[in-house]
Amino acid sequence: MSFVYFVLNRIALVIPTLLGVTLISFMLTNLLPGNPAVVKAGALATPEYLATVERQMGLDQPLYVQYARFVSGLLHGDLGESASTGRPVLEDFLQRLPATLELTLASLLIACLLGIPLGILSAVHRDKFVDHVGRVIGVVGVAMPSFWTGLLLIFVMFYALEIAPAPLGRLAPNIAAPTAITGMYVVDSALTGNWTALKSASAQLFLPSLTLAFSIMAPLARMVRASMLEILQSDYIKAAWAAGLPSRTIIYGDALRNAMIPIITTLGTVFGFLMAGNAVVESVFAWPGIGNYALAALMTKDSGPIQSFVLFVAISYVFVNLAVDLAYGLADPRIRIG
Amino acid sequence: MTLTSAPDLATPPVRRPFRQGMARLRRDPVSLGALIIILAMVLAAVFAPWAAPYDPNATDISVALEASSWAHLLGTDVYGRDQLSRIIYAARIDLLIPAAATAIALIIGCAIGAVAGYRGGWLDHIVMRCVEAVMAFPALVLAMGLAAALGSGLGNLVIVIAVTQVPTYLRLIRGEMLRVRDMEYAEAARTVGNGDGRIIFVHLLPNCIPPIIVQATLSLGYGLLTMATLSFLGLGVRPPDSEWGEMTAEGASQIVTGEWWLFVFPGLAIIFTVLAFNLVGDALRDLLDPRMRGVK
Repeated sequence: MSFVYFVLNRIALVIPTLLGVTLISFMLTNLLPGNPAVVKAGALATPEYLATVERQMGLDQPLYVQYARFVSGLLHGDLGESASTGRPVLEDFLQRLPATLELTLASLLIACLLGIPLGILSAVHRDKFVDHVGRVIGVVGVAMPSFWTGLLLIFVMFYALEIAPAPLGRLAPNIAAPTAITGMYVVDSALTGNWTALKSASAQLFLPSLTLAFSIMAPLARMVRASMLEILQSDYIKAAWAAGLPSRTIIYGDALRNAMIPIITTLGTVFGFLMAGNAVVESVFAWPGIGNYALAALMTKDSGPIQSFVLFVAISYVFVNLAVDLAYGLADPRIRIG
Repeated sequence: MTLTSAPDLATPPVRRPFRQGMARLRRDPVSLGALIIILAMVLAAVFAPWAAPYDPNATDISVALEASSWAHLLGTDVYGRDQLSRIIYAARIDLLIPAAATAIALIIGCAIGAVAGYRGGWLDHIVMRCVEAVMAFPALVLAMGLAAALGSGLGNLVIVIAVTQVPTYLRLIRGEMLRVRDMEYAEAARTVGNGDGRIIFVHLLPNCIPPIIVQATLSLGYGLLTMATLSFLGLGVRPPDSEWGEMTAEGASQIVTGEWWLFVFPGLAIIFTVLAFNLVGDALRDLLDPRMRGVK
């Protein structure tokens, strides 16, 4: 089976999933108790005006027509508009997306820096002290709700020790945002050499990204450990030991390189955890990302942003998993069959 | 010389699962501790009026925001309510809702998964495409969207948590069905003319129970975490009902004035309970699924 066929096949499999995803998020919106027309027209609108607004928004059409419109709008990059502000959701969304991306990437980085070495050490020193510590961290880590971890960090680092800045947003209030390039303040301020902004942005980013990283570190370390253990027991590693290669070469060269392949596939799952955890952490730290935006909208029964958030997360999850599948297929030819 | 007590090889050893389980527990203090935590939580919830030292809703401004003391072991909140009593009463919602959600998800997921796995073909295909679409949403994000759509209320919360768990049971049982449906005893049941329904639910499903028990234990913990997170975000249990996640949210506003006990203790209640369910789930897996023993 050729690689091109494999790629096309995987892409074709994504289409029914995407249809299902749009259908579910469309249904979620139409289950919402509030009538979006009422939110837009205001509570004091006359029944005639309300009917006009409903017609303008297409709410008088049958559901399947509304769904078809919804999908065709999506294909044209239209996510609808926020009923309470009247602004296009996509615009609000793109404005807040860099904040979410910054938080996600920073926590992924921290989680990899802590979780991968922990997993390797646990596997190499199986059933020794490090392994036990790793296992305790893993078991306790999955039981800790991320909002609680975040609050604890705020209490210890901000209130008690006073080494972290106030957990309110991306920059200290007296510092201007750096010139926008990527929209991620840490990256932008580093690129433009704006050291005051860099210092403040990094300090603000540290606690939320640590909180989010902690929520994915435990599963990541566990997957790395399992993958490493399997590789360490394989014949070619035994052969390498027998040949008398130094243990450093075997563990960090041969074993780790081969263990990384299954670890890459789990990054899709990790990304899912991250996207879910994002909204919670953003809400704890008043981080102005898309999760926080959607939650704020939820409070006013404004359906546009919620729908977009749920849909956006699901679609990006589908594509991340697709990318992971393709990368895996590229790295390991055996996967292409079946 | 005579053999007085030759082992009777003809009769198989009597299986005593309970006694075996207890013997195993004595060697495994961690699982025993987890089991004790769960039992204590359940007892506290059931007998809350006796277990709680105060009325959870009795306000007393003269003792507002007091730290831990002998009178109020876990301190008091801004209205002077005793936090220990509130945590004990909240255990009722915190245990009951995940349990109800797990029961519903288990029944629906197992029924659909069993039929889809046994029948296969187009039915299985359609069911699995639907499951994939649902699983394309990270569970918590789906829960947020659904909770927002359905509105608040304990009944809706049960539905939300159940929906996020159905796919897990469905896939689990479908996989088990694929494994057992072509085994000889299934073949035999078909040969003597049993109907599909009878084969699935009387002959095959009982053989898939061990992994279901393990999964159910784990999903009690996940369900609690989901509920606490939703409540923390204002999408789940709301005042005047109280729940550990919601209590944490209330306590969060007191962080800047240093009343740490208001967010720490409800959170610890969540952590200990989830931890206990996870540990018991793992222990059950070791006990019920010999293939997984020692793999950890």
